[in-house]
Amino acid sequence: MFPDKKEYEKMIGVQSPPSPKGKDFVWAFCVGGLICVIGQLLFAFYEMLGLSEKAVRMAVPCTLIFAAALLTGLQLFDKIAKHAGAGTLVPITGFGNAVVSPAIEFKSEGQVLGLGAKMFSIAGPVLVFGITSSVIYGVLLMIFQGL
Amino acid sequence: MKRIGKRTLSFANPPRIFSYASVVGKKEHEGPLAAEFDLYTTDRFYGEETFEKAESKLQKTAMQTALKKARMTNEDVDHIFAGDLLNQCIGSSFGVREFGIPFIGLYGACSTMALSVGLACLFTDSGASRHAMAVTSSHFCSAERQYRFPLNYGCQRPPTSQWTVTGAGALIVGQGEIGACVPSVTFGEIQDLGIKDMNNMGAAMAPAAASTLLHFFEDTATGPEDYDLIFTGDLGSVGSQSLYILLDREGVDIRCRHSDCGLMIFDREKQDVHAGGSGCGCSAAVLCSYIMHRLEEKKLRNILFMSTGALMSPTSAFQGESIPGIAHLLQIKSD
Repeated sequence: MFPDKKEYEKMIGVQSPPSPKGKDFVWAFCVGGLICVIGQLLFAFYEMLGLSEKAVRMAVPCTLIFAAALLTGLQLFDKIAKHAGAGTLVPITGFGNAVVSPAIEFKSEGQVLGLGAKMFSIAGPVLVFGITSSVIYGVLLMIFQGL
Repeated sequence: MKRIGKRTLSFANPPRIFSYASVVGKKEHEGPLAAEFDLYTTDRFYGEETFEKAESKLQKTAMQTALKKARMTNEDVDHIFAGDLLNQCIGSSFGVREFGIPFIGLYGACSTMALSVGLACLFTDSGASRHAMAVTSSHFCSAERQYRFPLNYGCQRPPTSQWTVTGAGALIVGQGEIGACVPSVTFGEIQDLGIKDMNNMGAAMAPAAASTLLHFFEDTATGPEDYDLIFTGDLGSVGSQSLYILLDREGVDIRCRHSDCGLMIFDREKQDVHAGGSGCGCSAAVLCSYIMHRLEEKKLRNILFMSTGALMSPTSAFQGESIPGIAHLLQIKSD
């Protein structure tokens, strides 16, 4: 007789090789850290050009998103991310890739129903919950500051 | 044809395999079976505009090549049994569109090759078809976008995940005197032991493979030692190990007589495919190349070929459903 579901799940757990977490952590730490260093260098560079701090805070993420979009288009981003994992996903570069990759992929279904409709299929939930949580945070801040 | 035991269908005059052909993509052609395939393409679009059209062209080319090898025309084939992994099976319907042959579209996920060959055999045995063709395909890029993420999305694949094979296999069966024959067919039941991880399909399919194989052995009163090799479709490394353990519990050991098409088609160490290959095209391309060649050369004389399928969809997976597994078995003999 076959094992029951619980027993089978246990059996499969033993059979399935785990992700190489140690290697993944090191990659994510180094690549993620490197992206942050690049961000900091860009910050200094834009400041050097005489941009105001507010403008610099806009320019740095824009540059990183542009770089991620470009690398996605050149089919290099996924090759780096395959090793870097959360290292490329967590910084704002991950967001750029999540928007551009479906846009490239689904353009075969047309500009509107393909590219337009699918562009936010991965980034959409990030926006929905990101914006929702920032609204809640704002309301809470207002209440506590008002007290 | 008569039914033996519970669910094995045995042919008095086994249908013969008249012709077969395989077409694969670049990665498959860089694998260990490179020399076995009829045709390959290094272009993932195969000269078309979309991945879906490329997949249809894989099927179309495999069918044309099989017909050419048998010196047959479309008029000689009475039915086509075809399937693929895409929604509404568009890989098949668009691939078969111009052939002008009655078409029976099938979906059995990665088990479709054994399913379609089995049905083609029944059609020729009953006299419904003089010759019937079975063809299935899969394409890495069209499958990825449907089941997972866009190709350029930066994500990591877990070690248990499998790589969808870009390829197609086509095979023509009919009544005759020459060629390998299919003495019996066993269609399997759905087995679901609660695996929900779409990245571990081998584990989800292994119980179905074990069930179909055990039914076949019981129905035919045979065991693994009666066959040269037992091929499974795309269980991969995790699924194959799980199959061994499930069969061990029943006192059946197939370890020294088992090969998995998903483990044969790629070099797992060098080609970064994790647990192995998968997809309708995986077992189809290996059957219509390596396996048929060995049967023709009489290096293999009596084998079991069992395609395995994971019958989930992205919708069922998002809704938290477990993955139903299925496996269909063909016995193929060369005499």
